[in-house]
Formats: sequence, C-alpha cells, structure tokens
Amino acid sequence: MGLHSIFDVKGDVLIVRLSGELDHHEAELLRDKWKDMLYVNPVKHIILNLEEVTFMDSSGLGVVLGRYKEVIQLGGEMVVCSISPPVKRLFEMSGLFKIVRLEENEEFALATLGVAS
Amino acid sequence: MKNEMNLEFSSVSENEAFARVTVAAFIAQLDPTMDELTEIKTVVSEAVTNAIIHGYNREAHHKVYITCTLNDEEIELTIKDNGIGIPNVTEALEPLYTSKPEMERSGMGFTIMENFMDSVEVISNPNEGTAVYMTKQLSKTKTVYN
Repeated sequence: MGLHSIFDVKGDVLIVRLSGELDHHEAELLRDKWKDMLYVNPVKHIILNLEEVTFMDSSGLGVVLGRYKEVIQLGGEMVVCSISPPVKRLFEMSGLFKIVRLEENEEFALATLGVAS
Repeated sequence: MKNEMNLEFSSVSENEAFARVTVAAFIAQLDPTMDELTEIKTVVSEAVTNAIIHGYNREAHHKVYITCTLNDEEIELTIKDNGIGIPNVTEALEPLYTSKPEMERSGMGFTIMENFMDSVEVISNPNEGTAVYMTKQLSKTKTVYN
C-alpha cells in the first residue's frame, strides 16, 4: 500500500507516474513533491500516468485539480493516460474530463504534445 | 443473519487506508463484486477523511468511529466523529462545495458517497459532531464462471 511516484522530464513535458493508493494522506505528500518538480524543471505540460493506481478518492482528484491550475498558468495542458475503469468513473463523476484530456497510453499522450518518446 | 462490527481509531490520516481496508475485509464475507468493494472502500475513505480534516481540523488526539452492519445482502455503514459539526449540511452536500479550497479539496466527497451508495444521511450538530449513515444493497445474482 501507500503511493509511489516517479517523475520524468521529456522536452517540455513533466511525466508523473503513480502507483498504489492515492487518498488524502498520500495526496498531501505527493502535492509538495509534484509542485517542486513543476517549478524546478523547465516544463509546460503534464502527463499523468495512472496505470498502477489501485485506489483513488476525491482527495486524489483535488491534487490533480491543483496541478491542473498550475499548468494552465504555465500556458500548458494536462493529459491523463492509462486510467483504470474505477478511477475513470471518479474523473467522469467530477467532470474532470472537461478540462483534462484523456489518452490511452503515455506514448500517445507524448505524441499529442509534440514529443517523441 | 445480522452481523455487526465496530471500529474506533485515532483521527490521523494514516488510518484512512486502515479504515477502508478493514471495512472491505468485513464485507468480503458477502462475496461482493470488485466494483462493489471499490465503492465501499471509496465511501469509507471519503467519510473518514471528512471526519479528520473537517470534523477535527486535523487534530490527531480525537477518535473516529465506524459501525458496519450486514443484514443479509444489505450493508449499513455509520461513520461518526465528535468534532465541530457541519454548519450547513445542505450546502456541504452540493457537488464541488468545499469549506477548505486552500487545501485543494475537490468538494466531491459527498457526491461520491451519494453515487456509490443507495442512501446517504448526514446528521450534524455544532460542537457535537457529524454522523454519516449509508446503506447499500449488494447485487444478489452473481454469475459464476467455471
């Protein structure tokens, strides 16, 4: 259990790969790391890879929404990929897909942002 | 058959995972589907998080209480705190409403509970606390694959 996060930079894209459970406890820890990575690196866009996320609740949506607001300030966009059906349901329920784009996998997501993987 | 369990734990965020996993383990005896199990875990996580960050303002020395009752295929779940209470329950239940936007709360907690459960009732009194009563009927017919 718990949450693991891996950050990777490709071009002007910050790739965030999460695995495990994203609840309120983990969201607070993730937020600081994610914010730092966003400001330390010369990036504009975020790709959020949720392939290995086994649990997520509204606190997870909150941390995604928070980073979305920051990426908009940078003039970029947020793309979510490799999402499981239960997590997809949460995103749909909250209307997050109106502002965050969904792609099948990281490779496609990178291509849409003009970065070769 | 009626079967009940009670859980009492400190109001610390580490216990959010403990609470949802424990309730899931208890209802596992009803042989729920994976979706039903995820729904129950999610609503427990939402209500316990609310108790910790809103009810108790993140003070760790309080207690959160869960009662889970199984009545045949029906699950009754009560998640309770003795915290500050919710001044306006109707407002709190609205989608996207949050009293703590600075904490990056999405305001979707109660909306998720209402979507995943058959009924959700919130009883809250200022300085006495909040109780969330939820029920869910599990699907009776399950396909068996051999």
